[in-house]
Amino acid sequence: MNPSLESNLFVFALAAFLGYEVVRRVSPQLHTPLMSLTNAISAISVVGAIVVTGAGHNTTMVVVLGTIAVTASMINVVGGFLMTDRMLKMFKKRKSQ
Amino acid sequence: MIRSYLPVTIIAATAKFLPHRQVMPAYVILIYLAAAMLFALSLKWLSSPKTARWGVLAGEIGMAAAIIATLFLPEVRHYDWIFIAFAIAIAAALPMALLIPMTAVPQQIALFHAFGALAAALVGTAEYYAHGTSLGTSTLVAIGFESLLGYLTFTGSLVAAGKLQEILPTQPMHYPFQNVASISVLAASVIAGAMVVVIPANPLVFPIFIAQCLLFGVMLILPIGGGDMPTVIALLNSYAGLSASAMGFVLNNKLLIIGGALEGSSGFILAMIMCKAMNRSFINVLFGQVQAGKATKSDDIYGGNIKSVNAEEVAAILDGARRVAIVPGYGLAVAQAQHAVGQLFELLESRSVDVQFGIHPVAGRMPGHMNVLLAEANIPYDHLMEMDRINPEFENMDVVIVNGANDVVNPDARDNPNSPIAGMPILNVDKAGTVIVIKRSLSSGFAGIPNPLFAAKNCLMYFADGKKAVLDIIAELEKL
Repeated sequence: MNPSLESNLFVFALAAFLGYEVVRRVSPQLHTPLMSLTNAISAISVVGAIVVTGAGHNTTMVVVLGTIAVTASMINVVGGFLMTDRMLKMFKKRKSQ
Repeated sequence: MIRSYLPVTIIAATAKFLPHRQVMPAYVILIYLAAAMLFALSLKWLSSPKTARWGVLAGEIGMAAAIIATLFLPEVRHYDWIFIAFAIAIAAALPMALLIPMTAVPQQIALFHAFGALAAALVGTAEYYAHGTSLGTSTLVAIGFESLLGYLTFTGSLVAAGKLQEILPTQPMHYPFQNVASISVLAASVIAGAMVVVIPANPLVFPIFIAQCLLFGVMLILPIGGGDMPTVIALLNSYAGLSASAMGFVLNNKLLIIGGALEGSSGFILAMIMCKAMNRSFINVLFGQVQAGKATKSDDIYGGNIKSVNAEEVAAILDGARRVAIVPGYGLAVAQAQHAVGQLFELLESRSVDVQFGIHPVAGRMPGHMNVLLAEANIPYDHLMEMDRINPEFENMDVVIVNGANDVVNPDARDNPNSPIAGMPILNVDKAGTVIVIKRSLSSGFAGIPNPLFAAKNCLMYFADGKKAVLDIIAELEKL
């Protein structure tokens, strides 16, 4: 097995386990914002899309695919975080009487 | 390995010594590491509504830092298209995130899944076309996973969003040999994916593979009905994350692997919680058919046993109540009744009635949907009780108001082992003193079965629109 694949598998397994442990503790009240937030976080794939687009391989096709990918994942980043915050802002405790 | 006798081996073997990615500068690696830790912290802070907004901030900082660091990578040389894409994305995302009504959050999240998955799939495709045969077997396998999950989640999420927006029919759709057809398409896409790994130089295999993944996404979600949407959205959430994680394997980027894995496991947990709350398995949700026929005839149950009330009578009952529970369902979202319910809550609290909300895990169209709607109506979150916490309380409740919920309060699930929903955990509203069900008619819920609760001695039916009914009750209550 090549060394990068090996370390990547370790990272994946541990991150999935960490995700399981952290998410298990999230209050069921917040399951919708949770889904929206994890979705925004996984839109970190914008980083990969930037590299592919910015490296400018000489084919137009790669640049076109990359640009669409940057657009799609950036919509996911901006929209995901803003909508999560918009929802969480509404969760209030009882105002003191 | 299987590739050893193939002509591309020679190309692949030489390419092994020509890594197509440059070594990342140390500062970028450190920023990525910090971003990964911020992402983990972000989810940890979501454990309580008190710290949740800090969680969003942590996620945003991690994301912004990672994006800026990436723009400074030496291999990123052309910025024009990246910035054009940023501008389009921001212009498109702002109205989506800020203007969408809270009742439409499920379809908006389905759309975000579609965008994320599309990005992952396209990057996989671009990597294939940029480096093609020079990629090693493990990278090609990762591209296969990334594209399979990405493309199927893309079309699947679009179909889910269409159903949630009711552009597509929300009823389960069935046709003969449906499961055979779906599984054949899945098998064909897996085979095409394997061909991509084995004969990457063939110009036809990748387009065929893409087409089959796109088709499978549609076939997987199209038959699923609206009531199963909470599970389906959670599952698509998981797939979207896993495709991003697979992208990390392709690009050898551990931040992507972590970000994707967090969403992958989160979506998986949510899907499990949803399945448990319906007493069904993943396989049953995805490939199960709704069994018909076994259910009791509705006339046998309802005939002569339905007691109907009006707003005035409900107000009189509430006037004497000390403890009240409100159980919302998807009908509340459809009727946009959350603000009316919020007013009723205020009014009852001001008359020193104790009001709690009982929320079933699958109420609504996605996990936690009801909580968001009620929070929007200014109901403090310590009054939003999950099923296990409120169930022991129902016997002490004077009145329970069920608004827009049906199957999740059907006592048959608990008492009748022959019921199609037998074993599904329910809210035991029938244990309360009086149950008032606000509903337009006696029509059945998603499970398509009658609800003996409606004919119970302590149950009163208020036939009306979920919002108008609550407003009328408030008006009558204010007169008392």
